[in-house]
Amino acid sequence: MMNVMLSIFSVVPIQYYIFISAVLFCIGVLGVLFRRNAIIIFMSVELMLNSVNLLLVAFSAYHNDASGQVFVFFVMAVAAAEVAVGLSILVTIYRNVHSVDIDELKSLKH
Amino acid sequence: MNYLLVIILLPLFGFLINAFIGKKLPKTISGIIGSGTILVSFVLSSVFFLGFLNGTQQKIDVDVYDWIAFGDFKITFGLLLDQLSVMWLMVITGVGFLIHVYSMGYMHEDEKFHNFFSYLNLFIFFMLLLVLGNNFLVTFIGWEGVGLCSYLLIGFWFKNQDYNNAAKKAFVMNRIGDLGFLIGMFLLLYNFHSLHFGTIQTALGTIQVSHATIVAITMLLFVGAMGKSAQLPLYTWLPDAMAGPTPVSALIHAATMVTAGIYMIARAHFLYLLAPETMQFIAVIGAATALFAATIGVFQNDIKKVLAYSTVSQLGLMFMALGIGAFTSGVFHVVTHAFFKACLFLGSGSVIHALHGEQDIRKMGGLRKWMPITFITFLLSSLAISGIFPFAGFFSKDEILAAAYEHNKVLWAVASFASFLTAFYMFRLVFLTFTGDFRGTEEQKHHLHESPSVITFPLIVLALLAVVGGFMGLPEVFHAKHFLKEFLNPVFAQATQAGGEMGAHETNSSIEIMLMSIASILAVVAIAIAYVMYVSRKRIPAKDGEQYGIGKIIYNKYYVDEIYNALVVKPILVLSELAHDVLDRTFVDGIVNWSGKFSLMAGAQVRKIQNGSIGFYLLFMVVSIVAIFAFVFLKN
Repeated sequence: MMNVMLSIFSVVPIQYYIFISAVLFCIGVLGVLFRRNAIIIFMSVELMLNSVNLLLVAFSAYHNDASGQVFVFFVMAVAAAEVAVGLSILVTIYRNVHSVDIDELKSLKH
Repeated sequence: MNYLLVIILLPLFGFLINAFIGKKLPKTISGIIGSGTILVSFVLSSVFFLGFLNGTQQKIDVDVYDWIAFGDFKITFGLLLDQLSVMWLMVITGVGFLIHVYSMGYMHEDEKFHNFFSYLNLFIFFMLLLVLGNNFLVTFIGWEGVGLCSYLLIGFWFKNQDYNNAAKKAFVMNRIGDLGFLIGMFLLLYNFHSLHFGTIQTALGTIQVSHATIVAITMLLFVGAMGKSAQLPLYTWLPDAMAGPTPVSALIHAATMVTAGIYMIARAHFLYLLAPETMQFIAVIGAATALFAATIGVFQNDIKKVLAYSTVSQLGLMFMALGIGAFTSGVFHVVTHAFFKACLFLGSGSVIHALHGEQDIRKMGGLRKWMPITFITFLLSSLAISGIFPFAGFFSKDEILAAAYEHNKVLWAVASFASFLTAFYMFRLVFLTFTGDFRGTEEQKHHLHESPSVITFPLIVLALLAVVGGFMGLPEVFHAKHFLKEFLNPVFAQATQAGGEMGAHETNSSIEIMLMSIASILAVVAIAIAYVMYVSRKRIPAKDGEQYGIGKIIYNKYYVDEIYNALVVKPILVLSELAHDVLDRTFVDGIVNWSGKFSLMAGAQVRKIQNGSIGFYLLFMVVSIVAIFAFVFLKN
């Protein structure tokens, strides 16, 4: 098992994982910043979360320490809960203003 | 000690009752509560006094509780009763009680009757605190408290703006003196780490304090006494204080409060003995005040103003006695003065009462026929204050004059001349008021009557005291015991040992007889002149505006009030206006307004960030997080 793990890293070095995570995270950030659709923004946030998850798992394997993977499970569970709450808020917003465009949601101003 | 607390707290109790439920009580009950509490205090004081007399009562010096304490610094709230304070205790409660009784008659028509009694009781409370405190601070509380009551009672008829101004004047003048008192106390605290009379007295032997410091302390304390006891140059409030009801003038501005300065100096005599410069200064100020006020008294036409200037003059004599080290004589004169001056004021009140508020002696005359009791008591007290044998004033004044003669002939001459003037203006007052023909209106004449017994009773008692009061201090030349000197000896022992106490026993008896004769002859001559002028020739003082020459200047009190106005009051007002316009309006208000405007402006700017666009918020959040990371990253 140990050998299998290490051999994986010999084929795909840890730098690659870091790189792909960073790219995913940046895509998420840009999505959050530039999209106007609340659902897309929501998905971008998930992308950011999962890029971090990927990095955690990669390092967990690299350091041969399971606690990183345990942490990922927690992140997933919390993310699931967050999605449930977030989506229900979005549904309620849509029922009220018939739109999920964040530029429309300015009624708290003043 | 418990009884001592009762003596102090009873007047406070009377004050509380009259202040809070007095309105609902009938006037008689209100008056009886006011007078009764003082009577009980008087009885208890007499017990202490008798105890001291036959030697069973020891000096009491107790701390009731720790008042101010931090670190090893402690000021206690403590009481001190010795021969000196018991003398004052007797005068305050005794004369105070008589004046309370008198007030029940005098103030009967007044709608604020209960207020009057509550103030009087509060005054007695503070006055007792003043003379019973065992350290300077407790005395100072009483000192300020009596000042407050004096203010309240001078302005008792506050609907008259002149009376209000008189009250304010008294208050402000006293503040000037109190500042001196306060700084003196701070210096004492700094140098002796205590304000307790006994501690300071013993510490004088062990702690090294420079002579200059002692002089500074005693001078500053004397400035306080100047204010409270109306000495030059802070005396002008006392004549104006006659705006208050007459019992107030008798109690506060003749018998008790104005003698507080003398009490304080007698209490702190151990300090004053170490500062001969201050003593000299006090003697000079006292003599100057005695003469200055006496000359003004000669030209006044308001019955109460004459008595007021007479009070200032007599207080000056007392200070002169203290200044030349004759502490016992000073205290002696305080006591006799309390008797005859209270009687004179109450007598003038009786006259004013009968004439429905008339105070001008030019509109009186011949009152002897209608008011025999008032006349006789007034006459006896006038004889006493003039120093006619064997009335009270003769003995006390003679002692002061004898001591002054020993000390300095100039002081003696000044004081003798002041006494001569005193005898003259007192009998000018008596003759103009009580003899000749009535000069008031027909209507006043119709209503003339002797005052009710509640008013005449205190007059009679005080007049009796004015007659016999002098026997507590018979001169050595009569080969009798000087009771007061023996009584006060434990207090002033140090002064006697230091040779500062110059009493009759050191005086050659032939010189003393000569001095007595001179004083008596001067008084008799003064009375004779007054008799010739105002009885034989029936002269009446000139109307306002018709005086001329020196008489006009003195009638207008040497224009001292006007000078003070021009030199002090006006500049201060101008300065205040300036401070109001420049400092307050532009500077302070400017800062306050500007800071308010700045907040509003800044708020309006910051508010623009909150534009409601979620996209902008998100961008801001991301940028901020990146910035924080960048900051943390770069910092390491």
